[in-house]
Amino acid sequence: MPTIYIDGTAYEVDEGKNLLEACLNLGLDLPYFCWHPSMGSIGSCRQCAMVQYQNEEDTRGRIVMGCMTPVTDGARLSLQGETASEFRESVIESLMLNHPHDCPVCAEGGECHLQDMTVMVGHRDRNYRGKKNTHRNQYLGPLINHEMNRCISCYRCVRFYRDYAGGTDLAALASHDHVYFGRHQDGVLQSEFAGNLVEVCPTGVFTDKPLLNDYSRKWDLQSAPSICFGCAVGCNTSPGERYGKLKRIQNRYNQQVNGYFLCDRGRFGADFVNSDTRLNFAGVRQEDGSYQAIKADDALSQVASFCQQGTVAAIGSPRASVEANYLLRRLVGGIHFCPGMGGPERTLVQQVADILSTTRAISPSIHQIESADAILILGEDVSNTAPRLALALRQAARNKALELAAKMRLEPWMDAAIRNLSQDQYSPIFIAGVNQSRLDDIAETSISLAPDDIARLGFAVAAEISGNPIPNLSMDSLDPGLRVLVGIIASALKAAKNPLVVSGTSLLNSAVIDSATAVAEALANSTETMLSLSVPECNSLGVAMLDGGEGIGFDALVESVAQGNIDTLIVLENDLYRRAPTEEVDRLLGNIKQLVVLDSLDNATLSKSHIALPVATVAESEGTWVNSEGRAQRYYPVFIAEDDRLASWQWLSELGQVLGLSGFNELQHFDQVEQACSQDIAALSEITAAAPDHQFRNRGLKIPRQPTRYSGRTAMRADVSVHEPKQPVDEETPLSFSMEGLSVGLPSSLMSYNWSPGWNSNQSIQKFQDEAGGAIKGGSAGVRLIASGEGVDAEFAPDAFQSSDSERLLVPVYRVFGSDELSYQAPAIAELAGDAQLILNSDDAGKLQVVDGDGVIVSMQGRAAAEGSVILEVMVDGSLANGCAGFTAGMPGTESLVPGAMVILQKANDWQRRKPQLIATDNPSSNPNAPSSGSYGVQTGVSYV
Amino acid sequence: MSEHQLIQSDIALSAEEIRQIDVELAHIPQKSGAAIDALKIVQSQRGWVSDEALVAIARYLDMSPEALEGVATFYNLIYRQPVGDKVVLFCDSVSCWICGCDGVKQKISEKLGVDYGETTADNQYTLIPVPCLGACDKAPVMMVGDDLHTNLDDQKIDQIFAKRTGEGEDC
Amino acid sequence: MENVLIEKVLTRNIGPDQTPTDMAAYEANGGYRALHKVMAGMTPNDCLEVVKASNLRGRGGAGFPTGMKWSFVPMGEKCTPGHKYLVTNADEMEPGTFKDRLLMECDPHQLIEGMILAAYTIEADRSYIFIRGEYVVAIERLEQALVDCYKKGYLGENILGSGYDLEMHVHTSAGRYICGEETALINALEGKRANPRAKPPFPQVSGLWGRPTIVNNVETLCNIPHIIDRGAEWFQSLGIGEDSGTKMFGASGHVKNPGCWELPMGTPIREILEQHAGGMTDGRKLKGFLPGGGSTDFLVEEHLDLPMDYGSIGAAGSRMGTGTMIILDDKTCPVGMVLNLIRFFAHESCGFCTPCREGLPWTRQVLEDIEAGRGRKEDLDTLVRQVKYIGSMGNTHCALAPGAMEPLQSALKYFQSDFEAHVEQGCCPYAADMKAQDITTVQGERA
Ligand SMILES: Cc1cc2nc3c(=O)[nH]c(=O)nc-3n(C[C@H](O)[C@H](O)[C@H](O)COP(=O)(O)O)c2cc1C
Ligand code: SF4
Ligand code: FES
Repeated sequence: MPTIYIDGTAYEVDEGKNLLEACLNLGLDLPYFCWHPSMGSIGSCRQCAMVQYQNEEDTRGRIVMGCMTPVTDGARLSLQGETASEFRESVIESLMLNHPHDCPVCAEGGECHLQDMTVMVGHRDRNYRGKKNTHRNQYLGPLINHEMNRCISCYRCVRFYRDYAGGTDLAALASHDHVYFGRHQDGVLQSEFAGNLVEVCPTGVFTDKPLLNDYSRKWDLQSAPSICFGCAVGCNTSPGERYGKLKRIQNRYNQQVNGYFLCDRGRFGADFVNSDTRLNFAGVRQEDGSYQAIKADDALSQVASFCQQGTVAAIGSPRASVEANYLLRRLVGGIHFCPGMGGPERTLVQQVADILSTTRAISPSIHQIESADAILILGEDVSNTAPRLALALRQAARNKALELAAKMRLEPWMDAAIRNLSQDQYSPIFIAGVNQSRLDDIAETSISLAPDDIARLGFAVAAEISGNPIPNLSMDSLDPGLRVLVGIIASALKAAKNPLVVSGTSLLNSAVIDSATAVAEALANSTETMLSLSVPECNSLGVAMLDGGEGIGFDALVESVAQGNIDTLIVLENDLYRRAPTEEVDRLLGNIKQLVVLDSLDNATLSKSHIALPVATVAESEGTWVNSEGRAQRYYPVFIAEDDRLASWQWLSELGQVLGLSGFNELQHFDQVEQACSQDIAALSEITAAAPDHQFRNRGLKIPRQPTRYSGRTAMRADVSVHEPKQPVDEETPLSFSMEGLSVGLPSSLMSYNWSPGWNSNQSIQKFQDEAGGAIKGGSAGVRLIASGEGVDAEFAPDAFQSSDSERLLVPVYRVFGSDELSYQAPAIAELAGDAQLILNSDDAGKLQVVDGDGVIVSMQGRAAAEGSVILEVMVDGSLANGCAGFTAGMPGTESLVPGAMVILQKANDWQRRKPQLIATDNPSSNPNAPSSGSYGVQTGVSYV
Repeated sequence: MSEHQLIQSDIALSAEEIRQIDVELAHIPQKSGAAIDALKIVQSQRGWVSDEALVAIARYLDMSPEALEGVATFYNLIYRQPVGDKVVLFCDSVSCWICGCDGVKQKISEKLGVDYGETTADNQYTLIPVPCLGACDKAPVMMVGDDLHTNLDDQKIDQIFAKRTGEGEDC
Repeated sequence: MENVLIEKVLTRNIGPDQTPTDMAAYEANGGYRALHKVMAGMTPNDCLEVVKASNLRGRGGAGFPTGMKWSFVPMGEKCTPGHKYLVTNADEMEPGTFKDRLLMECDPHQLIEGMILAAYTIEADRSYIFIRGEYVVAIERLEQALVDCYKKGYLGENILGSGYDLEMHVHTSAGRYICGEETALINALEGKRANPRAKPPFPQVSGLWGRPTIVNNVETLCNIPHIIDRGAEWFQSLGIGEDSGTKMFGASGHVKNPGCWELPMGTPIREILEQHAGGMTDGRKLKGFLPGGGSTDFLVEEHLDLPMDYGSIGAAGSRMGTGTMIILDDKTCPVGMVLNLIRFFAHESCGFCTPCREGLPWTRQVLEDIEAGRGRKEDLDTLVRQVKYIGSMGNTHCALAPGAMEPLQSALKYFQSDFEAHVEQGCCPYAADMKAQDITTVQGERA
């Protein structure tokens, strides 16, 4: 370990770091802007200056940038000395020349890194007498607000957006003190990671637009540790609430999962919590289909009386907590519990759960994925189904660059140097999907195939690596081009130190998953291999592990109900119309005598219930979800649920008690439920380790949800009553609904928000990490429930896909904005999602004589046109695999479409074209909210003027 | 961007422009490496680089318009606004300044009726200052189109822009 | 005149009328002799040794020993497979510098021969002349010369049957002073925004497209054929003092005979100014001068007897820079001159790092106020602080900003009273003089 001397004190520091990291790791405050732990150093802001002396005799030294200077043994430095601190103050002073000082009206105020650094360097007086430069702002879509005048040109935004996240439509424009960060023209930022600009920008240039529309300051927000509902990655979030409204989502650092970044579905989709269609009271359905609100107790006794009148079955939910699903299952018994996924989906998720616990490959965390040096992606469009994972793959692609850099003895943080050195060289990534993906730009090869052919490709690679033939696959039957590709993929994976295979359930094709497993198994003979299998929802894996394949399948349930074997059905947080074709769900709900639905938002299933129970969302309840890695993670109520909303687990616990079911008296508290679950379900036995129980105290105190500066608590309700109500008591968790308590030294699973004296922005996280960019002290939140097993035998390869002349294979195509149920209820996300579409390749579009925006009638094979057909808008995607037709999965209007079905397509002649969609265009003129003129706000053209 | 639009913007580059860009691409390992050459080629054909031209070049080089805009707006001699038939690059750097270029500039402005960044009403000239033209021994100097004019004074200016005052042909 | 014996090397083909030298004329005067010599039997290492021994120092401004720079390029087995690049820096935008233009316009083959030899020495297979777009004539002549060279087999595959291949291209820049900074130049060649790169790694190991790259100034490379042809010792003997070779020196401003001359390294400044430049124009006295372009510190009368070599000028607190001097006379406002320079640098800042991007415009604003008579006493302190803040190597990402501060810092030293007079009198004391010669201060109105 090198020793360095800072202002005369000797410190041992880690080798290979730069001085800035070293200082931060030592707990010393060295201000910075352009450096970011995930993005490394470029040395543009010059804020992290220190003085370095050549030797003991040298008294003058010279200024060096902390972030650009590697630690060297014996280095003599000054952080506090006058030269360094004067220089750092000058940097802030000059950054302030053009900064508008509009903190009081700036959305960043109170959590602004520029504010923090300004205070830190002690800059106060203004000497500049000149005019400030001003810029015109751009319309960047419904998510991000742009205020260029606040820019300090640290280049972080473009480095994140372009270099880190692979976006293309944001760039540094113009030069000298006119540098402008924006788009070529006004328009929606196209990257699904754009929201991170809010946190990456150290000042208020890019801010959260929905928050801005109903603004509260960070210090006025009440927060709790939470988990993103948006997909199965399970990013950790820190939602902020005020006045009973969920105001915004910020990233909550978890080194193993999301690190510093979220995707926009998660950041902006949580607005569903504030939806007008939320249920507040229990309701009984009237003759006319309307609901009569009833008291919670009455609702419970009515549900209890339903339950006592015959056989009860239940449908759980992959978006409800493990605890709620557990209680529901316990209420009705394992065989009457349907885990709440459609037939094929359930099989596949169960298949994934089984594979992960038996394969020799590792189920990697997102962080581990970043270490992959050769990647094969089979049939999972992760950019849309697990966006944060796609972002990790993008970092993995850079391992090639890091390898080149290491040869030249460049440290990984020397970002600019490494990018110049490696140019466009990436670690090998091979992608086989039904159409193009947003990772294609870094892929060595990206190929579009029908699902069964993707599986055959995967199996062929496995056979090539292991040398063992795969049943039903002869290499000679492969197309010669594909045969070559198989060889290339196999040798790239074999040559890798950390090969990774990615697949998942989204194509609803089990052979695809099996083939990915076969590849991973083949590799596992010789190297540590990673196998990342995506599942659809935030708790898909948790429910599958709970169910263990024992429960009743959806189709069997429909049959059973049809035969009159079941009288009452309880549906937990699940819109069944998203699970199975409309007719089947209609059949189920038409036949059931009593339907009880617990959900937070109105939906088609809920509208058919006899009794509806209002449940708290993720933001108002506690629970545990298991992500696709197999990591159980806890979320906590951010605020008290309004009216009669209760956490699902609470409704079910109370129902059990009303019914007098055995053991339910000991299931009144969350921790009790979780305990019981961990005892009953072997696969979930470790789940209690996901987070501390409600008795946890931080030096004797509960953990505050509100920051110490939380203001107006006494006045908040003054319009109702001047008497301040007692703060609600949280009996279920170690958190309190107040600002009293200690928020330092916490286990990471209990960190509600980041704050440290002098560090009001999210960058304060470095104060809690064991090193910059490292794990939170004490370990990353969550617990892994799955360990590798003994190995999985290879399955049969499916037959090759035979395309037909008259029919097309229906394949689901996912959209980060639109395919997910809950985020679609957030207005900003819905605006971006647009309408459902049918995706055709150019050949098929030509044959049908349709172009983008035309309508096509999709008829399911073997069904009368009247009942089985849907009309969808066409989107032409030249990359779609031959013989296939895609549909935007999960979007309203596609409920009756069954992936894997053969369909007949016909041009819809009387189709009314819609207005161009927001997402698909750069042209602001099609967007009513956009300012009318194009181009950006600095002078373009003759730049000398 | 749909394919339909893509083809449209490709058409925006002329065959000659594409030919010249391809010559540059031949010795450059990445398409985006020809960005500056391509901008200059298109500008040499059209006088300036319009938004449409910029998008067309970007598509041709597999770049985003943003990336190319970043390049285009970085350089002094890429014009993102229309310019006159000839650009007057007037050197205002130190040696020319010492030798009185400010007075010469005033003379030009009076003569042409334009200030820096402006184009004459007849669209003939756009006046732009340029950093040191490397002819300091003959200061003050300027370029009109491709021609360097040295040792400028009022008379020279009158000569160079003679036609504008009806005194003969411009040089 | 004493120096009748001055040997013309770089300019031997350049007559007073400055007519261009074509292939025939160039060869007739010994041109491409060095190329034949090398291709007939010198190894890259042989060439490197000669250049090293010659003590040639880079003529682009920093004076870095050329042979040493080349020796950092990984050679043979030590180099990963792929291209290597030689790039000529012909961006010449340093205010007051006008030497490379002359060399390229009048003797393009000299540069090309130097480039081929340099490329051969570092085993480069691709080479570029990065030239500013305004040098229309030079570009035309270089292009023609390249065509002639390809025809003659001096470029292309298997040069003169040696088995050595080299491509050469002219890249015309789209105009930015920062492109002269060698790593910014490399970014510009890659079609990017010309922000300078962080060093290390140095271009010699990771430059253009991540490959080993040497960037040299035009004048530096023009020396190479002669060094190879006539040897290191001969070259060393050309210089009068410490430094080897001859150098293009120049003078501009109010001197009788502004111009550019090839003289031995170490020629005394006085000799250049008085003999070659003919002394000050009548009625004007020398007030100070920038010895080597717009980013070097002022020197004054007392320095006139210094020899123009790197060491002496450095010791006097300035830099030899490009060797082209800008002369300030007593009727021209030093504040105005510094303002002109700072305005240039502020505009040419690439905008990457804070002190340069923000600090230079602030400095410009303060100088504008002072020059226009709006200055305050504390403004002088602000200037001193700005010099400290921006003016040291390492404070900024590249050398542009420290260079920009050099004239200001020395002006504050030598011409402090002028600054004070502006503030005290609330106007420019030189205004009347400058008006008389029809220099009006329009520059204050533009920002
Ligand atoms: C802002 C800046 C501008 C420069 N401009 C030029 C230039 O126009 N021509 C040049 O040869 N060198 C210029 N240089 C120096 C180059 O970076 C580099 O040192 C030089 O080209 C190396 O060539 P040499 O070793 O032959 O001198 C500049 C440096 C800086 C910092
Ligand atoms: S000093 Fe900084 S801003 Fe100025 S030119 Fe160099 S890198 Fe660019
Ligand atoms: S953080 Fe080091 S220069 Fe910006």
